[in-house]
Amino acid sequence: MTQGFLSKNPSVLIFLAILALFTLGTSLLSEAYGIGFLSTSFVKTLGKTLCLCLIAVAMDLVWGYAGILSLGHFAFFGLGGYMIGMWLMYARTEEIVLTSLANSPLPATPQEVQDGIATQIFGVVGASELPAIWTFAGSLPVQLALAVLIPGLLALIFGWLAFRSRVTGVYLSILTQAFTLALSLHLFQNDSGLRGNNGLSGLQNIPGLDAVPQASVSIWFLWASAAALALGYIAAAFTVSGKFGSVIKGIRDDEQRVRFLGYSVEGYKLFIFTMTAMIAAIAGVLYYPQAGIINPAEIAPIASIYLAVWVAIGGRGRLYGAVIGAAFVSLVSSWFTGGRAPDLNLGIYTVRWVDWWLVLLGAAFVLVTLYAPRGIAGAFDRFTHLLPPKRRGAPLGPGDGSLQEKEADQ
Amino acid sequence: MRTILILFAALLALTLPAAAQQAAAILTENRALVEKPSRQTIGPIIDALAASGDPAAASILAAWAEKGLGLRKADGAFVLLTATADSYTLRDLTGADLGSAARSDITELKPNAGVRGLIATALVRFTLSDPDPAKRADALTSIARDPTPDSLTPLRASIDTESDPALKAQKQRLERLLTMQFDPDPAARVAAIGSFGADLGLDLRAGLNPLLATTRQAVAGDFSAGTNIARVLVPGSDLPAAEAYDILVAESLAPARLTRTDARAALQANIVGGSVGGYPVAELDSQENRDLAYTALESAGTVPPAATDAEVAAALQSHTIAEIFAEPDPQVTAAARAALQAISLKLGLMEAADLTLDALSLASIYFLAAIGLAITFGVMRVINMAHGEFIMMGAYTGYVVQLLVPNYTVSILLALPLAFAVAFAAGVAMERLVIRHLVKRPLETLLATFGISIALQQIAKNIFGTQARPLTSPAWLDGALVFNDVVSISYIRIAIFVMALVFLGLFLWIMKRTQLGLQVRAVTQNPNMAASMGINPDRINMLTFGLGSGIAGIAGVAIGLFAKVTSELGNDYIVQSFMTVVVGGVGSIWGTLAGAALIGFLQKGIEWFNPSNTLAAQTYMILFIILFIQFRPRGIIALKGRAAGD
Repeated sequence: MTQGFLSKNPSVLIFLAILALFTLGTSLLSEAYGIGFLSTSFVKTLGKTLCLCLIAVAMDLVWGYAGILSLGHFAFFGLGGYMIGMWLMYARTEEIVLTSLANSPLPATPQEVQDGIATQIFGVVGASELPAIWTFAGSLPVQLALAVLIPGLLALIFGWLAFRSRVTGVYLSILTQAFTLALSLHLFQNDSGLRGNNGLSGLQNIPGLDAVPQASVSIWFLWASAAALALGYIAAAFTVSGKFGSVIKGIRDDEQRVRFLGYSVEGYKLFIFTMTAMIAAIAGVLYYPQAGIINPAEIAPIASIYLAVWVAIGGRGRLYGAVIGAAFVSLVSSWFTGGRAPDLNLGIYTVRWVDWWLVLLGAAFVLVTLYAPRGIAGAFDRFTHLLPPKRRGAPLGPGDGSLQEKEADQ
Repeated sequence: MRTILILFAALLALTLPAAAQQAAAILTENRALVEKPSRQTIGPIIDALAASGDPAAASILAAWAEKGLGLRKADGAFVLLTATADSYTLRDLTGADLGSAARSDITELKPNAGVRGLIATALVRFTLSDPDPAKRADALTSIARDPTPDSLTPLRASIDTESDPALKAQKQRLERLLTMQFDPDPAARVAAIGSFGADLGLDLRAGLNPLLATTRQAVAGDFSAGTNIARVLVPGSDLPAAEAYDILVAESLAPARLTRTDARAALQANIVGGSVGGYPVAELDSQENRDLAYTALESAGTVPPAATDAEVAAALQSHTIAEIFAEPDPQVTAAARAALQAISLKLGLMEAADLTLDALSLASIYFLAAIGLAITFGVMRVINMAHGEFIMMGAYTGYVVQLLVPNYTVSILLALPLAFAVAFAAGVAMERLVIRHLVKRPLETLLATFGISIALQQIAKNIFGTQARPLTSPAWLDGALVFNDVVSISYIRIAIFVMALVFLGLFLWIMKRTQLGLQVRAVTQNPNMAASMGINPDRINMLTFGLGSGIAGIAGVAIGLFAKVTSELGNDYIVQSFMTVVVGGVGSIWGTLAGAALIGFLQKGIEWFNPSNTLAAQTYMILFIILFIQFRPRGIIALKGRAAGD
């Protein structure tokens, strides 16, 4: 089966080869394991970009293949980040508290350690007790499991409610957006137990790895992100190939028809929605230790819409398109907003890209939607001769799928 | 006896025309007392001064209280003083200038605090009877702000002579408020409390609440019979046992419980050779072991014994804890409590009315923000994520017009049509350039309009900056319509409510009564059939979209009047607007109205449960909507039959 899968999908091998080459190249150019051409902060940017590529793959799976335009996948990404952030912050604070308590003549009781950690973490929001959701924060395996399970469970409940009542299309998009808004508003409250709008910070300091320089840590995270992306890509490619994938694509193209053929459309959609939420959460788990800070603003609906923008620009319905889109747009975006792009002097007005980048992105997005719905990946279609027939002219029948003038001539 | 009377009458006849001298005379007659006044003896003199009717008396008293009254050593005359650098400027008691004198020539009178208090009370009477009504009103306000028992007598004295009916009513009300709190006779206080009924005034509640103020006290056994007990507290049911014990400790009725910090300090102080009470220090890393070590120290007598749980229970058993009224008279507290209960019932009703008004105005804001969407999304089924930015454009148009036209009334009247024009133009341009090409691809319309939305937001940020810009409402919209101390609504909110109604009417009129509305409905139902009837669907779509966008622009001006205008203004409303349309039922304006009402009332209702947290209210509201759509996926008012489309 695996043999058949790979030979049917040569693009997976090409993608994996490019990813391996990229990881190797970055390692050789890094400060920790190579000639030091790339700064540690740039290696971190690359590592983060790989995580964004992973969530873009998830988004492509749910939108490009299953046709569910979810405007909430960044919420799952952020939730994953919060879960791992809780462990990072707890474990790190525990180290600090233990060091300071070691100076006292009596050995510390577990309660004292707990209180010390709570005061350290929640002093910002004026609380000194550890909320119930931090119960397992001390344990990495539990917290890692929760990082995947909680977003998965949320997606399962939300998806079950939404798909069950046949909410589809734009209504579903708006509903997911509302869900994301509700979640971020909830996290903005100080009594949500996750430090309100302060968010969780200091996540780049990995507990127990104080002796290891950030240069090495950043490369390790790059490797982990690359491995996660590779696995996620293979899993996604495997999902969309074969019979299961055909059903998924069928649902995208005509949900009613698939339902009448006897498939449980809701089940398929729920599976894809939950699975991609979990992939998004894994991407978040790897992203936020590299970013160092997470706050509710990261979860706001706008982030999820940007995710859709990346996938659309890269090219929907092709997994490599999503990766290209996420990598291209996020890197170009950080180049423009980082102030490194040269100003454009128009004589009467100097265009500073820090201010105008979003305008350019918005315009580019409109143009891509209008004139290049296949995105950047559409360019590859020219080489693989995947171009669909040109369907110009007026339709000859009442339905969307009816023959059109040019087709009838052929 | 008769001679005295005659003398008195003669004196009266003599002094009345010469009232101006009377104040001076009183002072001179009682010089010894005035020079060395005491709280016990000075009263009659101050009263005499106050009752003299001499216009100078007020200024004399005021000067006296502020150490501005002195004796000239040369002739012993009373003078008014103003201190300068090294001398005094002198005036006589009527205020006429007497030149200046060196400091050594004058004895300054320094009344003590008690005397100054008496003088101040006497002065209140003057201001309360001042010929200027404004000053009388000021005096009333200052007494009401800071009521004291001293003010009661002068206030009562001034009521009869009050000529202004409004001020008289105010004085009578204040008199009853003061009687309620400070009258020595309990019956009078109870009567004063009863006289208000269920009045909603804030001043009444502010007066009643201190009467019911309680403190938590504890005694061994039972309280003595005369104590005015509000409520006996049973530890365990009325308040936690730990808290109850803390009250006993605070009143030194029981020894303090051992806190963990104290225990830790005690253990640390008693480390002997690496162990405490026989337990090695290294083992003291759990609370149980520490307790054992402390007990060992206790039995050795090195640390004072701490209350054990059994002792705590026994102490609580043998003591009574109660909330005790600060006010000793049970009649008064009972009357006050009854009055407050009556008030709180009425207050609850009024608060419900106020909440309803708030919810109505929030609903009309949501309706205004959503009505444009009810056209573009509800009728045309075009998802326009840039709808919020049209609202923002309208608000910024209002801001720019206000920059150019300083008169706020004119500028608002100009801004409304201009905002419509700007948003209409933007909407038409967007329809022609983008939306028309994506007719069959609704998801992509969503994305493309989102691209426009971020671009427009950023452009607004580049032009107007990131800080909030004010949109000032005209003066006649300032202030609020106040029904009583509880129920009020600001005029801006009324204006927005009226505007929402106007737009509802406008929408209905356009859709049901005009040629355009007929064509719009035809094109929405079946574009091909409409086209074959001679309607140009492209033109109609363009106009409809422009209309919806233009209304969003006007809504922007209205919203800008009470919210700050920023580039993110539209962002705050877009999700709620879509929710309003979806919850109400796509395609029905009445549905949008119902949706706005539902969301507005719901949000205010949730806020009422937890007033400090509007974020939580929004969160729960969205969750409710997600659940609501489970049960009515097509909204409150669902279109049926062919009009429902898919």
